[in-house]
Amino acid sequence: MQSVVVLFVMSLLVFVGVYAIGNPIDILINPQADQIDRERAIAALGLDKPLWEQYLVFLKGALTGDLGRSFVHATPALGLILTRMPATMELAIAAMLIAVVLGIPLGLWAGLKPNGVAGRTIMAGSILGFSLPTFWVGLMLIMVFSVMLGWLPSNGRGPTMLLFGLVPVSFLSWEGLSHLVLPATNLALFKLALLIRLTRAGTRESLLQDYVKFARAKGLSNARVIGVHVLRNIMIPIVTVIGLEFGSVIAFAIVTESVFAWPGMGKLLIDSINLLDRPVIVAYLLVIVTLFIVINLVVDVLYSALDPRVRLAEAKG
Amino acid sequence: MAAPVLTVEGLRTHFFTKAGVVKAVDDVSFAVGRGEVLGLVGESGSGKSMTGYSLMGLVDPPGRIVAGRLVLDGIDLRALSAEELRQMRGNRMAMIFQDPMMTLNPVLRIDVQMIEAILAHDRVSRASARARAREALVKVGIPSPDERLDAYPHQFSGGMRQRVAIAIALLNSPDLIIADEPTTALDVTIQGQILYEMQKLTRETGAALIWITHDLSVIAGLADRVCVMYAGRIVEEGGCEDVLGRPAHPYTQGLLDSVPANNERGQRLRQIPGMTPSLLELPEGCPFRERCGYATAACDASPGMRAAGGPGQQVRCFHPLITLF
Repeated sequence: MQSVVVLFVMSLLVFVGVYAIGNPIDILINPQADQIDRERAIAALGLDKPLWEQYLVFLKGALTGDLGRSFVHATPALGLILTRMPATMELAIAAMLIAVVLGIPLGLWAGLKPNGVAGRTIMAGSILGFSLPTFWVGLMLIMVFSVMLGWLPSNGRGPTMLLFGLVPVSFLSWEGLSHLVLPATNLALFKLALLIRLTRAGTRESLLQDYVKFARAKGLSNARVIGVHVLRNIMIPIVTVIGLEFGSVIAFAIVTESVFAWPGMGKLLIDSINLLDRPVIVAYLLVIVTLFIVINLVVDVLYSALDPRVRLAEAKG
Repeated sequence: MAAPVLTVEGLRTHFFTKAGVVKAVDDVSFAVGRGEVLGLVGESGSGKSMTGYSLMGLVDPPGRIVAGRLVLDGIDLRALSAEELRQMRGNRMAMIFQDPMMTLNPVLRIDVQMIEAILAHDRVSRASARARAREALVKVGIPSPDERLDAYPHQFSGGMRQRVAIAIALLNSPDLIIADEPTTALDVTIQGQILYEMQKLTRETGAALIWITHDLSVIAGLADRVCVMYAGRIVEEGGCEDVLGRPAHPYTQGLLDSVPANNERGQRLRQIPGMTPSLLELPEGCPFRERCGYATAACDASPGMRAAGGPGQQVRCFHPLITLF
């Protein structure tokens, strides 16, 4: 229910906002066209009506799953986005995997040995991950691994294969995987730094708790104390952040996709903004909002699986 | 007393901080026999908890045991490797902590937390470990143990949680149980129940019990012998009735006077003037002399232990309130 309201408000804001950016007619129509052609085009796109009427038309369509047609491609905007979505999703999932698989162990290590050389190096590295701008790191990655070393391709997705006979993905072939490595690393870097810091902070806090001391007093092995007692407790904030960050990885893959010419939704959005392709912009933002809502829902479910106290509160309420 | 279960000789646990060395435990010696309850009494920061952690091998850096012999059942604890010491913890010796709200892991079920304590030391099946866990819950008086095993810590009251913690400590029938103020955070009625259970259980199992507390009234009803700690040292030790009935150290006397029940109605409550000294670079001499009404120039030197009062009663003071008659 709440999510429906969020979607509605969002659509209104986006619609008005995009309207305010500029008039797409100036870009779409040949400057040499005469007044009659011009007016015919405006009417065809529905731009002759007042804003509120345009919005109502859009809303009517949206309720039946039609988010309008692209001005430029003359195909349904939603379809256009959905064809680009697998590329972005693949990139985002790969980036998140890298961040999780590396970030949690590194953060644990840094939390357990905060004064060791390794711990300090990890933390210094995470500061770099935080502060270096994504586009610059992307360019550097291309410089080093594509131009100087020539190990990895610098742009595009490479050949795609169908996963489950439905979704085109790159990672199933070596060629495609090599295309995925650089952009995924680039996108993962910031999240990796974030997860390292979060895991480290959680670990250090958790180690001071009495239940850790009690677990050790029971004679449990170090591996079990850390792997079960500490990790189970710090997973609660980590899962929350992973969930939220996954949404933002999808939404802000734009920069990485632009740098590596990755044919995803972000690239589509930039192109559409340049051409003032209103329906595509609106549809993109609505898709992203929907994704955020879905992810939040999933995080809530995971949360109650991880934290028994949440489960009890729900049972009461 | 037969051969003691635990002998501690000259234990020193120091913390090496940037500001200097903190001598949290400074030359502590005592022994506990089978089935005996030793009360370890002192104010916050007197080193009583750290003595317990030292025994368990749970002193966190920058702290370190720098000297002393810790012998449990003829095993020299300080000579053990980390893995051998882990095998002792929770198996031959167990510890119960002060705050039952914090000692159980909030996200793990009770059965998980109990079974892992058994499996850490015994190669038994999960089912038989669970049966033993259930048995232990029954022993500490927890009703409907089968349901309770499947519950999470937040579904228990404070007293019940402390019972669970005690049950966990008892799982492997340890020879030594160290209880670090386990009733301080509980209601008085619950406190009484827990004390009763502990006394009963140690008598049944014959385990030695070290009861760390600042509460003299708890010690009076529970302990066989008492060690009073001050600034990392034992300042007086002896039989419970001797130490609490006829204290030889001015500090013990001060502690007893501070118990409100021992004061006369209508009068101002008595207290020990001043504060416990910082353990950082503690100067030579009796650490209590600044607060002591009997202090003289002699107290600038460190007093040794000397016999006083009842049998086995010893005091670290130049001016004991009672001497050997």
